[in-house]
Amino acid sequence: MDNFEPLIAVFSCHYCSYAAADLAGSSRIQYPPNIRIIKVPCTGRVSVNHILMALEDGSDGVYVAGCLKGTCHFIRGNYKAEKRVQYVKDLLSEINIEPERVQMYFMSAAEGTKFANVALEMTEAIKKIGHSPLNKSRS
Amino acid sequence: MIVGERKPMEELLGMIEDFERILVLGCKGCVTVCCAGGPKEVKTLSTLIRMDRKQKGRKVITIEASTELQCEPESIRPILEKMANQYDVVLSMACGAGVQTVAKLFPDKLVLPALNTNFTGIAEEHGVWTEACLACGDCVLGRTAGICPVTLCAKGLLNGPCGGASEGKCEVSKDQPCAWQEIYHALKRLNRLHYLKQKPQVKNWPVHPGRVVREDLREVETT
Repeated sequence: MDNFEPLIAVFSCHYCSYAAADLAGSSRIQYPPNIRIIKVPCTGRVSVNHILMALEDGSDGVYVAGCLKGTCHFIRGNYKAEKRVQYVKDLLSEINIEPERVQMYFMSAAEGTKFANVALEMTEAIKKIGHSPLNKSRS
Repeated sequence: MIVGERKPMEELLGMIEDFERILVLGCKGCVTVCCAGGPKEVKTLSTLIRMDRKQKGRKVITIEASTELQCEPESIRPILEKMANQYDVVLSMACGAGVQTVAKLFPDKLVLPALNTNFTGIAEEHGVWTEACLACGDCVLGRTAGICPVTLCAKGLLNGPCGGASEGKCEVSKDQPCAWQEIYHALKRLNRLHYLKQKPQVKNWPVHPGRVVREDLREVETT
């Protein structure tokens, strides 16, 4: 378990967290290489099934990174995503999978440091929880 | 439309415990609109079943399909017949009528309900549904300004309010408006208060199970 490197899928909004990731890169801010970014036009596009598919297909954790509250380009997309993330957490609890594997974060396009911190925080959290029970064979 | 809710996963997983090949069958009618048993929910439930089995190290094959209307034999027969050898059990995400249609058409296959069918209702907003019709078989809405006392009055009174209402709310709950007070205000607004003075009609309560027959629509038998 010591050298467990989790695989984390990130649904990243084109207008904020994707730009924040870009900023983190161009500012040479280091963040763990465990995350795999999936760019979406708005986090409101991320459905319950997208998150579940990511978990089923091998992610140890998933997080959705949307705009700061009140700043969504499509007005309410990030609020919708937050509710869906909560719904997925409830579904996971029902089948005895740790709901903490799925999280929602909010950040602006100017927060490259926050993007890196969130990636670090999530990686550490998933390392603590351990391998996904669906994914025991992957080292 | 008919409104339903998915059963708790624990109950569902218990029901399918003995089976390895499961057809998760959605319906594109009412239960799609109430986000309980449409193609999206079929995908969600199938994924959850596979995830649960993977955790337990047990094999499962889920087949995902959705019928146009599961309460219509024409819409389910081709799908189920085509895949008859591929599944051991049907987990139906339709309302009770859909589940029973599948059971009737395919007596050799076990059909399990994935939903609890709640009521016939209205989509108040996305994510909120309320009961509106008890399908009593003798509609009185024409006399009650489109507000159903059979459904919305806790006592199902047909002839004015009881004495339990207070400040427009039912004695059953402060959140529940008194149906008859609402009917009164609606008739007043429509200038039809005299409807309340009409002699109440004897209600023709139906005998269950109900059956509607239209001879003009039935198949013609030729000899």
